[in-house]
Amino acid sequence: MGMLSSSVSITRYMVKGKFKSALVKTVMEGLKKNTIMEIDNEPIQQTAGWTSFSNPYLPDFENTSCIIGTCFIFSLRIDKKNIPSKIIKKHYTHEVAKRLTESQREHFSKNEKKAIKEKVTNTLSLRVPATPNIYDVLWNYESSFLWFFSNQKKANEELETIFLKSFNLTLIRLFPYTMADLAADLTDQEHDLLSTLSPTSFVG
Amino acid sequence: MLDVSVSYNHYKFLGHEFLTWLWFVLDVDKNQTFKIQKDVVSLEVDNRIVLENSLNNMIENITIKGDGAGLEEAKLSLQKGGVVTECSFLLKSANQEWRFSIKGESLNLSSLKTPETGRIETKDDEEGFILEKFYLYEKVVVAVEDLYKRFIKLRISKNWETETVPGLKKWIKS
Repeated sequence: MGMLSSSVSITRYMVKGKFKSALVKTVMEGLKKNTIMEIDNEPIQQTAGWTSFSNPYLPDFENTSCIIGTCFIFSLRIDKKNIPSKIIKKHYTHEVAKRLTESQREHFSKNEKKAIKEKVTNTLSLRVPATPNIYDVLWNYESSFLWFFSNQKKANEELETIFLKSFNLTLIRLFPYTMADLAADLTDQEHDLLSTLSPTSFVG
Repeated sequence: MLDVSVSYNHYKFLGHEFLTWLWFVLDVDKNQTFKIQKDVVSLEVDNRIVLENSLNNMIENITIKGDGAGLEEAKLSLQKGGVVTECSFLLKSANQEWRFSIKGESLNLSSLKTPETGRIETKDDEEGFILEKFYLYEKVVVAVEDLYKRFIKLRISKNWETETVPGLKKWIKS
């Protein structure tokens, strides 16, 4: 979901750690190193990588800026080929029948069947274009916060993985406990009390 | 710090209690003396509220939605021991309105709609448009974070048990 949509979802993160080297150069290198690769003509079913906010289908971190105000702005793109299971089953059945005839065997082992299925899926994935999904990222380095414009579990997990891989910095998702622990300015004594909390009953 | 998935699941009740407390505070404080930010005129529960009630190891979910929907059923669920798990809000500042939902277990924001903004006519407009959007989102993010900070400070204080919980119980029964 794009940050310029009429309705957005935001997952908030705290970024743990700082760079030792030049900020902009390090960020740009991380983005370039993990830019999304096209898989339409590859036997790959899914990929994820960074892309430009303003031109997500033609990422270009060499010639476009990803700095607006005090923030970095870019996008995570997840491309996935959706091959219906019924199509895979049909082609798999044809391929098994063909190979049985050719080899004059009556059946294949479990591993052989698995290998045939993988080959069929890979062959089909060459013919199916990947569907791109784009999720915007807004990162304020100085304040160590990052907004990810999606609440989808898989997209968030992908973000956390690729962010660490790209920048060697950890993203900490802000939810009730982490917000209380890391962002509520609690004293040491209050931190101790936080760890002892249990649900309150409002009945009675 | 605790493991992320452990702390997420173990402490999600804090998010549910936060939303329940927030509804209570906004409902009993009609005069908005409960200030959020100095330029926020009001914050109110909007047109959707989801509650969860654990009864005899069975989880019951109740969703109340629709403009002008009464919240009596939601109150009834609270009386049976339910908690608010998701809630939509309407925030007003000057002549502007923001609508958004908060999910208790994650404190994620969803369905966030900001006031109208200008359109991008040319490529040069993009930066200004993004900054304007950022400012508008920040308004809600900061408000929610401030409210949660206030809640958590209260939650770990003695006042929670001695004043807030009795007040909440009285409100639920009313």
